[in-house]
Amino acid sequence: MEKFTKHTGIGVPLRQSNVDTDQIIPAVYLKRITRTGFEDALFSAWRKDPSFILNQAPYTTGSVLVAGPDFGTGSSREHAVWALKDYGFKAVLSSRFADIFRGNSGKQGLLAAQVAQDDIELIWKELENAPGTEVTVDLESKTVVCGTIVAPFEIDDYTRWRLLEGLDDIGLTLQHEADITAYEATRPAFKPKTLPARLSQPH
Amino acid sequence: MAKTLAEKVWDAHVVRKGDGEGANAQPDLLFIDLHLVHEVTSPQAFEGLRLAGRKLRRPDLTIATEDHNTPTLDIDKPIADLTSRTQIQTLRNNCAEFGVRLHSLGDAEQGIVHVVGPQLGLTQPGMTVVCGDSHTSTHGAFGALAMGIGTSEVEHVMATQTLSLKPFKTMAINVEGTLRPGVTAKDIILAVIAKIGTGGGQGYVLEYRGSAIRALSMDARMTICNMSIEAGARAGLVAPDQTTYDYMYGRPHAPQGAEWDAAVEYWNTLRTDDDATFDVEVDLDADTLEPFVTWGTNPGQGVSLSQSVPSPEDFGDENAKAAAERALQYMGLEAGTPMKDIRVDTVFLGSCTNSRMEDLRAAADIVRGRQKDPNIRMLVVPGSARVRLEAEAEGLDKVFKDFGAEWRFAGCSMCLGMNPDQLDVGERCASTSNRNFEGRQGKGGRTHLVSPVVAAATAVRGTLSSPSDLEPAPEPAAIRTDAA
Repeated sequence: MEKFTKHTGIGVPLRQSNVDTDQIIPAVYLKRITRTGFEDALFSAWRKDPSFILNQAPYTTGSVLVAGPDFGTGSSREHAVWALKDYGFKAVLSSRFADIFRGNSGKQGLLAAQVAQDDIELIWKELENAPGTEVTVDLESKTVVCGTIVAPFEIDDYTRWRLLEGLDDIGLTLQHEADITAYEATRPAFKPKTLPARLSQPH
Repeated sequence: MAKTLAEKVWDAHVVRKGDGEGANAQPDLLFIDLHLVHEVTSPQAFEGLRLAGRKLRRPDLTIATEDHNTPTLDIDKPIADLTSRTQIQTLRNNCAEFGVRLHSLGDAEQGIVHVVGPQLGLTQPGMTVVCGDSHTSTHGAFGALAMGIGTSEVEHVMATQTLSLKPFKTMAINVEGTLRPGVTAKDIILAVIAKIGTGGGQGYVLEYRGSAIRALSMDARMTICNMSIEAGARAGLVAPDQTTYDYMYGRPHAPQGAEWDAAVEYWNTLRTDDDATFDVEVDLDADTLEPFVTWGTNPGQGVSLSQSVPSPEDFGDENAKAAAERALQYMGLEAGTPMKDIRVDTVFLGSCTNSRMEDLRAAADIVRGRQKDPNIRMLVVPGSARVRLEAEAEGLDKVFKDFGAEWRFAGCSMCLGMNPDQLDVGERCASTSNRNFEGRQGKGGRTHLVSPVVAAATAVRGTLSSPSDLEPAPEPAAIRTDAA
């Protein structure tokens, strides 16, 4: 994973709450078997509307999405994070993220920065009054800067550390493989195994 | 120290405690007892393993099935949609390469992953269960800690059989009283979500408690736990009891003989200690609950079926007001319209929320001996091939077909429309599924989430209806066709 320390880019105000992952990427795009190439799928239903924010220059080249509360609810599809990244987004700001979306973002180097709704409102106004205004998201100091607005954001320390260092989760865990093996030896015999397969008896 | 059920299950799976305390604590490394796999969220994870030269650590704790893309008609023919067919074939190739047990389309154990695990007896109390699907919370009905995960985590579990997780907060959902006839588990969970909101459970594991929960069957408990994610919760669970054990006993992968006794002894410890405290408690009165239905585009936008479409002005919060305005526009609804005046085009009975035997039986009991509204199309999609066989053994297929409904093969189907079962633009659906998001069931489609009995009554009358709105069926007793 690429390291994330600080990013500056055009902010995109998305004045909407409950942006679920079906809106971020509809299910029809989930049939692909690759991990990249989802930029066309991002917000695909909404992007058919010419007035949608991502169809308005200069927001089209935005890289910091500023959204309403409860961003990323619904389906666990990591494709939502891939689509945001493939489009060019490096960070999403919201006052509340769905747990799974937040987790997926952390695995993929997309910064999900939790910003108080009052600050989101101020940033929205700034970005709408002066389209093309850049937003700086600084992970070291956990602050967002937009024009004259300076706002703190929250992110859990573990995710922050992993993003700053660009660490691979599986590699980290496998450092503790001996612990896993030791745990496996203690599991009770009644716990089920999928193999060998046992099948239902016909009624 | 007194613990809640969720904390007990958590503690029993800690491979390695995270360093540090409080807010600075590193996540714990938890062992995963069962990993369920399907075709949509796994290809990139298998590819990741392959690229890194890693093995699947525990094929014997992993099982796969095909569900999201599978057609519900002509299942003996090649899948017509090329991308769907490719994704299914990719799963088959990956399972063969990595030694994963797979139940493919046409197999008697194929079906929605959250229906298949419990019916095989693989989901058991006190386990940790994960799947690259947010509705993994379903398995919490057995007192398991069951969580939906993203594809990176799927790969992590494949490689290590563990997950790094930060502890959750705990929330008790206390449902006391007795449900009235025609009111179901679906109405309980829709009412809970309307009460706490789509973000209300965020960061929490919910434990459903109280006399109304204890009185529910396993199928009904699965319906409730299934939709925990729609309240934003990472998981939801119910303490195991005799109902759980009766369901488990004799299932293919349930413990047998002395192991059954050992398992029950352990399962009996899986309940929240009397002196344990939850971070939050929410109370719901079962006695006064009515059939519930959604009017908007997220599962928290719901009301009792006897009420009317709310006005955006009813919401104090600006964001909720804006969301309501947008939802009414998308749904093509006017504030103040009685919910029961809303005419629907399609009724979908299925999904991991409501596609089990109890759901099919309840709906069949409503439609038996009645005729479908001629303008409605109704799809009945059993949750698994096994459920389909059992339903046919009871003659339910005939009941639905006589009524005028389509009897389909198992899969996720119109819940998310990855297969050909989709709504058209503007088409309105009463659906027993779990999400009423914009476009969820097909681009431009409009979804009202309902229980199976409301779905069935709606198919009779053509407008959103509860069973109590129906005239008596013409020949109620004479038409039962149970084969058993």
